[in-house]
Amino acid sequence: MSQKPLKVLMFGWEFPPHNSGGLGTACLGLTRALCDSSRGIDLTFVLPKKQETVNMETSFVFADSYPVSMKVRVVDSILSPYLNTESYKDYYHLLSSGDKSFYGNTLFDEVEQYARRAGAIAEEEVFDVIHAHDWLAFGAGIHAKEVSGKPLVVQVHATEFDRTGGNGVHGHVFEIERRGMAAADKVISVSSLTKNIIKEKYGIADEKIEVVHNGNDMRIRSCDGTKAVSSLQILKDKGKDVVLFVGRITLQKGLEYFLYAARTVLEYRPNTVFVVAGSGDMAEQMMRLTAQLGISKSVLFTGFLRGKELDEVYDIADLFIMPSVSEPFGLTALEAIDRDTPVILSNQSGVAEVVKNALRVDFWDSDAMADKIISVLSHPSLAGELEKNARRELPHISWASAADKCSLIYRTLVAQSIPTMK
Amino acid sequence: MSSICLYLHVHQPRRIKRYRVFDIGRDRDYFGDSSDSDVNNARVFEKVARKSYLPTNALLLELLNEYPDFKVSFSITGIFLDQAEEYSPETIESFKKLVDTGRVEILAETYHHSLAFLYSQKEFEEQIRLHADKINEHFGVAPEVFRNTEFIYNNDIARAAERMGYKGVLTEGADHILGERSPNFVYRPVGTENISLLLKNYKLSDDIAFRFSQREWSEYPLTADKFGSWVNNVNGSGEIVNLFMDYETFGEHQWEDTGIFEFLRALPSAIYRHPDNNFVTPSEAIGRYTPREELDIPDYISWADVERDLSAWLHNDMQQDAIKSLYEIEDDVKLSGNEELLSDWRRLTTSDHFYYMCTKWWNDGDVHKYFSPYESPYEAFIAFMNVLHDVKLRI
Repeated sequence: MSQKPLKVLMFGWEFPPHNSGGLGTACLGLTRALCDSSRGIDLTFVLPKKQETVNMETSFVFADSYPVSMKVRVVDSILSPYLNTESYKDYYHLLSSGDKSFYGNTLFDEVEQYARRAGAIAEEEVFDVIHAHDWLAFGAGIHAKEVSGKPLVVQVHATEFDRTGGNGVHGHVFEIERRGMAAADKVISVSSLTKNIIKEKYGIADEKIEVVHNGNDMRIRSCDGTKAVSSLQILKDKGKDVVLFVGRITLQKGLEYFLYAARTVLEYRPNTVFVVAGSGDMAEQMMRLTAQLGISKSVLFTGFLRGKELDEVYDIADLFIMPSVSEPFGLTALEAIDRDTPVILSNQSGVAEVVKNALRVDFWDSDAMADKIISVLSHPSLAGELEKNARRELPHISWASAADKCSLIYRTLVAQSIPTMK
Repeated sequence: MSSICLYLHVHQPRRIKRYRVFDIGRDRDYFGDSSDSDVNNARVFEKVARKSYLPTNALLLELLNEYPDFKVSFSITGIFLDQAEEYSPETIESFKKLVDTGRVEILAETYHHSLAFLYSQKEFEEQIRLHADKINEHFGVAPEVFRNTEFIYNNDIARAAERMGYKGVLTEGADHILGERSPNFVYRPVGTENISLLLKNYKLSDDIAFRFSQREWSEYPLTADKFGSWVNNVNGSGEIVNLFMDYETFGEHQWEDTGIFEFLRALPSAIYRHPDNNFVTPSEAIGRYTPREELDIPDYISWADVERDLSAWLHNDMQQDAIKSLYEIEDDVKLSGNEELLSDWRRLTTSDHFYYMCTKWWNDGDVHKYFSPYESPYEAFIAFMNVLHDVKLRI
């Protein structure tokens, strides 16, 4: 291809190995595919703070090296993209008074600082198009656009409505999201499900939104080919069936429906163990619910797992469940499939739009979920076909095709933004 | 001269409703969905009767009255007739009127549109007898020519049909069994003496059944005159043109607005434009034309898909698991002496249940090929296995 290299300035918030969830994984997968030399894209990825990153061909810029008028010394941020403003306050109060001076008073101050530094970065960097991931980086994207006049793409990995399950939507977060989408020249959503939310809740025009589904990239995870040696292996050795949940324990992820289904499954198949891999603000509440349901001895809470540990539980599991109330995409489902584990997906998930060889349920229908769990555990032929056929789909759900779509969006915007010669 | 044998296959399965693991031991009404879904058998039957059976039979009766030589033949499954009795008695009446003309032949087949031949010779023969009784009860005729479910065929099936006294078998004129030979002759199955083989001319049959309304087809739109001229081209290089297809081609697969009924109305006169042409039933064809040569077909063929094999029903592990589990309990079900139980078990032998579990199109992303009332092949499997579990508890 003789296309002129296109320069992209991309704003994110987290990046592997220092990611706390799917946002970082998605940013890595997408940027790595975009930087494939055949696409002719030069990409600069901006992060709010200095960190080590996985080795790749992208140049990184760390916003904390840019002084801003706010005169805040920046140290490692306490933020994660999944922190809400309430939990930020909790963390903030725990800090010593000395540390406090390094942070913004609120999550919003942190976001605002990032945005201002983005303006400075945009003045120095040379680029054709801006791409910002999720609300924490939207302000940065807008500032960069104001300074440079270049087209802005914002990508929505999750909305405030997903994170809160619709209850207690934070007005200020909503406003930052809305402003980012309004200021953008194009909005990328990770699923049709999310596109609908963007249209209905944020009032963005249909034609301004493009769906670009996430992909799967085996190289992201430590994959050394060795089988599980985890302590959970003892469960399999004892002949237990293992049903797995992976995700943050928040309202959005629907763990309670998984637990209700578990109670029913255990009536039919008492030899089943339910593993909950994740942590979150509802962890205690969910442990209490497990006790109330009388199933504590059959439910294991492992805490947050990553890398090899996570791979091991995928390997051990006979079945993976994603019971999310509202899941813009759901990368963990692809990870499970990649580890040859059959999946049951919430109909309220973006990944269910691209994986055909899965069982589906409405998240609230715990009976349907239990019925399908029992069926998969009872019939190896069903589990085997789900596993085999889903695996065959994976190569078609790739970051390469996501990058192709982004690349087309960039080039179209850049072509439109060049003034025509009179 | 060319004889045209128009044969239509008439069938509706009893689809299993959404049947959860919690229903096992509590609910025996496996086929009685009453929601507005596509597993509601009454709803489906009434819809297809309105769109296809009633208007098509009315038209066929008109053609039989108008053209003294016009003939048509059917295979009508037992479970179709059962459902017609329940949901649309006027559909049975309309078929009776056609048979009463004396120019409509009804063929033999398994009552439940089953794959029994592949798993139980005994059940295969029992279902054929049950079917013959049902046909006799409704139409007062005894079938003389056999067609197996989905045109599944090999040498053994021809021998079994010959043993049961049938004088002919219908199957697919698949390229890989014909080689250089033409489907437009009558053949003799290898190792038989008194039975003839009629082979579907799939090109001409599929022109009507599949391509009729395809706008991207170079021959679109297909007129009766054009089709009649293609049939005429066979003159001199064949004796019989077997147009075998699903009955629902008329009004359901090809909707009324495609012009399919106008096509059918104009077809006889287009065929008769060549004075040597005539219509025959399978029995007449077998009586009139001597088998051209022996055909040796050791491996199973069918009329399904491009593959023309058994893979639509028996390809994946779920299909194998389900059908083996079903036939495993055949003897126990029969020994129980419980007629209701046997009737439910037989309804599970219908090939459609296994077809709904097929994953091969699902994998290719060619979902439009997947004709199924279920959300996925997996849901079809779950409903079937849960019902089978309940059946086992009743033994």
